[in-house]
Amino acid sequence: MSGWDELYRENILDHYKHPRNQGTLEHPDVSFEDANPLCGDRLRMDFQIRDGRIIAVRFSGQGCSISQASASMLSEKLEGMTLDDAKKISREDVLEMLGIELGPVRLKCALLALKTLKGGVYGLHQWPGEEGEEKP
Amino acid sequence: MRAQFPIFREPREKPLIYLDSAATSQKPDAVLDAMADYYRRYNANIHRGIYTIAEEATAAYEDARRRVARFVGAASPREIVFTRNSTEALNLVAHSWGRSRLEAGDAIVLTEMEHHSNLVPWQLLADERRIELRFIPVTRDGELALDALPALLADGRVKLVSVVHISNVLGTVNPVAEIARQAHAAGAVFVVDASQSVPHCPVDVRALGADFVAFTSHKMLGPTGIGALWARREWLEAMPPFLGGGEMIREVKLTGSKWNDVPWKFEAGTMPIAEAVGLGAAVDYLEALGMDAVFAHDRELAAYAMARLADVPDLHLLGPPAERRGGVVAFTLADIHPHDVATVLDGDGVAVRAGHHCAMPLHESLGIPASARASFHCYSLPEDVDALVAGLHKARKVFAR
Repeated sequence: MSGWDELYRENILDHYKHPRNQGTLEHPDVSFEDANPLCGDRLRMDFQIRDGRIIAVRFSGQGCSISQASASMLSEKLEGMTLDDAKKISREDVLEMLGIELGPVRLKCALLALKTLKGGVYGLHQWPGEEGEEKP
Repeated sequence: MRAQFPIFREPREKPLIYLDSAATSQKPDAVLDAMADYYRRYNANIHRGIYTIAEEATAAYEDARRRVARFVGAASPREIVFTRNSTEALNLVAHSWGRSRLEAGDAIVLTEMEHHSNLVPWQLLADERRIELRFIPVTRDGELALDALPALLADGRVKLVSVVHISNVLGTVNPVAEIARQAHAAGAVFVVDASQSVPHCPVDVRALGADFVAFTSHKMLGPTGIGALWARREWLEAMPPFLGGGEMIREVKLTGSKWNDVPWKFEAGTMPIAEAVGLGAAVDYLEALGMDAVFAHDRELAAYAMARLADVPDLHLLGPPAERRGGVVAFTLADIHPHDVATVLDGDGVAVRAGHHCAMPLHESLGIPASARASFHCYSLPEDVDALVAGLHKARKVFAR
């Protein structure tokens, strides 16, 4: 099987159609917004943090099903997680969570949520995984 | 005709339904053969060697220039400068003409519907020289609000006006001759980004009333890597060079150099020779079809597509009515992201563009982050549109919330 039916698996469409934690927090401790200039996707993530632990997450913005589902799934995973653990989430973790094969363009859609998370909790400003890529 | 384009003969699981010709066109055998023939039979550098194949290569390269010049109605082949693409042609104007003529306090008029290639070079120049950029707005129907132009030109500070001929997103055919008249009356030079018009409709650069016209080979059935700038001879003579290096000089001393004649003054280093040969073959191919016929075909398909797409529920068409556009149809489908639409279409072999099509300000003015776009060329068929429509119905089902 190839094509979209492979990409748009049930779990992806479920999160796209019924996003978890969508919205904003009234008094977030951390709020971060990022974008994917290639496709115009924008994502904002709000976090409430107590004692080094994420107690609430909301995401908002606009994007394709992959970026929205990725944000929704990631937000579920993040709730209750310590900041230290959140910092350790890797691009592989996110791809495993999505469970789909992605080409280079859609990969950026899938990783926008992680990039926004890292920007928010870690101050990183590069695509996750890029730090180890294509060294001469 | 499709049989003459090898990409459509390539065996694949599902036939290719190519609807992204505004991004790049497919290439006929004639173009690929001409390029291979150069590499196989007379590959040599041009304007240098005295031996037979170098002479052959030089003749083929300059013959391509002659054909391009005739194709766009230039007064002389020497008004055609080969560049890498439209983007480089526009950068050449911004760099050579702009930096030698413009100073702080001058203004440039563009439009809100420009491709980034006809926006960013001017932004760079504006930053460097403290030049003001002004924009002709776009109406809700995706046309230029031309009644705003006289006020933009009124204070006499505008030295250059640069406008896209046919919008790569909306397909709008802009009234460039009228804009040229107003620009010239205000004492400004007039630049046309003809990336989507030279490949699709008859263009006579002198009838456009322009001073500079930029276009690119890969959208007109030719190879990537080569484009052209047409400019009035007197401008090319007066302008300083763009890039320095071999070929663009007449005499080099350690302390300074004298420039070559136009257009070679602007062609530094070894140029894309095979690509020029391929572009020449593409021009021959288009001339044999007739540009009137190519444009009529484009417009028929656009009208057919607009009629068929209007039947897809929740589909919103962008841009003007069919009679005022070329072979480009952009749209949004409900609140489904264009990338998702394109991915479902791709599953059926249908290739459309999704995103902002290098026109972010235009999408912002239309109030949408992105759109999907179908675009045509001479090999496109009504059946392609039918496949698109079927795919859009499928996308609606997949993403219905």
